[in-house]
Amino acid sequence: MTETSRDRILAKLRSALPESAELPNLRATGPWQTFEDPFVRFCEVLEGVGGVCVRVPTLADADRELGRLTAWQDATVKVSVVDGVGCSTMDLDAIDDPHDLENVDFAVLSGHFAVAENGAIWVTDRTVPHRVLYFLPQRLAIVIPSTQVVHNMHEAYDRVSISEHAFAGFISGPSKTADIEQSLVIGAHGARALTVFAVDDLLSEW
Amino acid sequence: MSHPSLAQEFTADKPRAQWHDRALWFVREKRDRMASGVPEWEELRQHASAIKQHTMSQLPEYLEMFERNAQALGAQVHWAVDGDEHNRIVHQILQEHGVRKVVKSKSMLTEECHLNPFLESHGYEVIDTDLGERIVQLRQESPSHIVLPAIHIRKEEVGECFHKHLGTDAGASDPVYLTEAARQHLRERFCAADAGITGVNFAIAETGGFVVCTNEGNADLGVSLPKLHIACMGLEKLLPRATDLAVFLRLLARSATGQPITTYSSHFHGPREGCELHIILVDNGRSGILQRPEFRRSLNCIRCGACMNTCPVYRRSGGHSYESTVPGPIGSILTPLRTPEIHSSLPFACTLCGSCTDVCPVKIDLHHQLLAMRGFLDRRKLLGMSKKMAMKFVSALLSHRWIYTTAGSAARTALRWLPRFAVYNPLNGWGRQRDLPEPPAQSFRQQYAAHQEMARRNRDAPEDKDLL
Repeated sequence: MTETSRDRILAKLRSALPESAELPNLRATGPWQTFEDPFVRFCEVLEGVGGVCVRVPTLADADRELGRLTAWQDATVKVSVVDGVGCSTMDLDAIDDPHDLENVDFAVLSGHFAVAENGAIWVTDRTVPHRVLYFLPQRLAIVIPSTQVVHNMHEAYDRVSISEHAFAGFISGPSKTADIEQSLVIGAHGARALTVFAVDDLLSEW
Repeated sequence: MSHPSLAQEFTADKPRAQWHDRALWFVREKRDRMASGVPEWEELRQHASAIKQHTMSQLPEYLEMFERNAQALGAQVHWAVDGDEHNRIVHQILQEHGVRKVVKSKSMLTEECHLNPFLESHGYEVIDTDLGERIVQLRQESPSHIVLPAIHIRKEEVGECFHKHLGTDAGASDPVYLTEAARQHLRERFCAADAGITGVNFAIAETGGFVVCTNEGNADLGVSLPKLHIACMGLEKLLPRATDLAVFLRLLARSATGQPITTYSSHFHGPREGCELHIILVDNGRSGILQRPEFRRSLNCIRCGACMNTCPVYRRSGGHSYESTVPGPIGSILTPLRTPEIHSSLPFACTLCGSCTDVCPVKIDLHHQLLAMRGFLDRRKLLGMSKKMAMKFVSALLSHRWIYTTAGSAARTALRWLPRFAVYNPLNGWGRQRDLPEPPAQSFRQQYAAHQEMARRNRDAPEDKDLL
């Protein structure tokens, strides 16, 4: 039955198509928005959407800064997928069912690069055993290389291959909602807080 | 019911109507600040429009390409001619997996297909997980806006609703407290769900994947825990290339809520390991719209809601007065195309001010289409008697000079001398909420003639130097 629906839809579409229109060549246009210091811009926009960026020279410094966060100190269930930053109170590799991550208070994850224009970080399922880790923990820290900040979304899509990952995406700040009288509330369903550690000696993407 | 009568109900509560107006204008202003922060904003709109127009011109090929690539990634693709078939397909998939509990993220398409009542009638528990949608679901209403579903509800009413359904404190109305209560309540549902249903913001033909944008993270939670993900999309959601996403993601959230991007822009390509991903491609009247040259550009819509936030009629009449899944300017085109008999009043809920066209990120010529829609309805003899008579009257008035001149002079005299009750009576719908302007002493023609006469006299008068 669905097969015939497919045929019916395609036949109807083909019966009166709009005249052909050219697909714009995005690489030949622009120039797109750039910033004097994309990293600074990224930090500003991230703060505007409720996140915090901490720049540190090394992973060890990131680990030290993380240890200073009250939310990290107060967390009971912690996980980290970044060697040298934080620690895990549970064995992530032993978890088959993502539901078992329900009580994670704090997760330390890694991001591939950041986008200056909108404070977003590109993340993929390659660096986590379960993609739900980006959404289910109460609080998140994402570690990125401070050198890897692109100016805008066009540059971002030029460097990724989206179909390589069953899940990938941009995360910009902690989860939020303004559905009650347009009052912004941070911490809707996903993370209540997002701290980004931008590490200088991570020279290239993860 | 018609838009005017429903709008009248809404405007009867004046403070609420004014609050609604201001709340939406606030969003419109945020959008303006964001748009002006992007120097190439107009270029992006131009590209977005061109990409959509190109895609529509080759839609069958792109749909087949999308299907091929999605299947290669392990997703299952279904096609539905209409909402009923869409609902049947969802039901069948859920049945095959023994699903009882479903979590749903915001999807205007599933609203359009009335999926919730259908699934509930088959015994499923369906939970809308977007906070605004959950509020309207608990209140047994429909969303009044496509991006801000609960924009018509005051926080005190949310408090009452949550007190009744979620056991929050009586009288509580603090958005932080209420949001936290919803978070706790919905977390349980996320963890207990057997399947997650999402909409689709953009599907990519060349990769076979799709993107879902949310601020709350509800779509992602909903599909990252259960083993079954069903994504429902209208045919028009397709984009040819991954790089096109840059254009659309730059435009979408800035236009919708005045944010640089939504918190989560998730890209899904194939199912999670050991899980299933089903994608349902839904026509439900879209192929018919594509066949109408004057209205086909309405399919470019990316459902940002900017046209609603700016529309002076929408802001003052509320989304429910449209009785349409998609209200506001874009809804007043899409909905009457599908059900002209029921929704013939919608294109008249418009002053043709053109503000919607100015803010539309994909450059849909909204106010031109709204005008064309009036003709479309007239050709189907769907205009009410009062509208037809008014048009006949104005047409006679404007096409006969003597009637126009006489009527003008009569009105100028009458408006000056008639007692107030004679002008502002029930027959004068316009006078209900506003005063007519002060009538000028002379008609435009008289003023023009007088002006010409004065100019002639000045010309004929000797110049200063001649006097010396």
